[in-house]
Amino acid sequence: MTETEILHVGIADAKIAVHPQHLRTAGLGSCVGVVIYDKQKRVAGMAHVMLPDSNLAKQAQMNRNKYADTAMDDLIANLVRQGASNNRFKAKLAGGAQMFSFMSTDEKMRIGPRNIEAVEQKLREYRIPIESKDVGGTNGRTIEFDTETCGLKIKTVNKEEAII
Amino acid sequence: MYDLQHITEDQLDALKEAGNIGAGNAATALSTLLQQDIDMKVPAVRICHFNELIESIGGAEQPLAAIYLRVQGDAPGNMFFLLEPKEAELFVHYITGDASFSWSNTSKDDINLSALNEMGNILAGSYLSAISDFSKVNMQPSVPQISVDMGGAILANGLIEIAQESDYTVVIDTVISLSHPNQQQHMVEGKFLLLLDPEAFGYLFRALGVEEDD
Repeated sequence: MTETEILHVGIADAKIAVHPQHLRTAGLGSCVGVVIYDKQKRVAGMAHVMLPDSNLAKQAQMNRNKYADTAMDDLIANLVRQGASNNRFKAKLAGGAQMFSFMSTDEKMRIGPRNIEAVEQKLREYRIPIESKDVGGTNGRTIEFDTETCGLKIKTVNKEEAII
Repeated sequence: MYDLQHITEDQLDALKEAGNIGAGNAATALSTLLQQDIDMKVPAVRICHFNELIESIGGAEQPLAAIYLRVQGDAPGNMFFLLEPKEAELFVHYITGDASFSWSNTSKDDINLSALNEMGNILAGSYLSAISDFSKVNMQPSVPQISVDMGGAILANGLIEIAQESDYTVVIDTVISLSHPNQQQHMVEGKFLLLLDPEAFGYLFRALGVEEDD
């Protein structure tokens, strides 16, 4: 048996996987990793978003995968292009931690919760149910999605691995 | 926003010099405090993509002990002092004389953590005050904080401001190391990373006399 191919998603990045590929992103802090998948078609997309809202962008040519709203619009469009169906979509998400307890500004302190809120808001707009999530807290996470089982494996530095 | 694509060699050199002066002063402060020789490597200044920066510290999952603080003033930014978690433990043993300290059995009110935090304060304060004195640009450290976690999760915290304008950041990177008394190999190696906010560059370049001619 050949080893499973794992697609690595960087920071402010997104990728689409088809069975039996896995999707992985490492070291999520205040960033949120969101997976949207169609279990029947066995395709999934993962985005590693840094900021909640593309209205924050001060760039002429922005990286759409950096912001929750634009990253998810593109992720969903790309999944549909792969033959996945809107009405079968489900989502899992993780991240949005507060790595340091005190921040210079309230805005920055809330970046994790705001990222979570932005991702969940977008899922509501698309009417995509959240199957499971592991968000908030004060620890970094690495996540890996298996297109076979649709399980999302969560790794942290000091806890046991979990699959949600 | 200062267009990172158009930073000149002179400007990078000026930032390198600033990093040199800052880390040099921090190394001197530490050396005086510990009565120990501190070695300092030539600083590196580079423009890199967020993912390259994260790779350069050992990858997103690499556990790191980080002292993080926000730089406030005319040239705002984020500053990290990064150590291998094991070496950070040795550093704490060395400065407090308490060899029982370990990350696995520490709590928020651990006096050893306060000592490490105070080290961060001294290091960052001397780093920034040297750059301030040299450039006449006001830079003040916020209260430092410690986290031991995945490198990617820690560093992303220093990229939030710049992320609104770019996917690239200027990294001013300096390594200092403390040798064990009577031994050749280093005991603790710490890396300073200074990640300036976009609005800091224009101000700093003007102050350092390396402003672009229009």
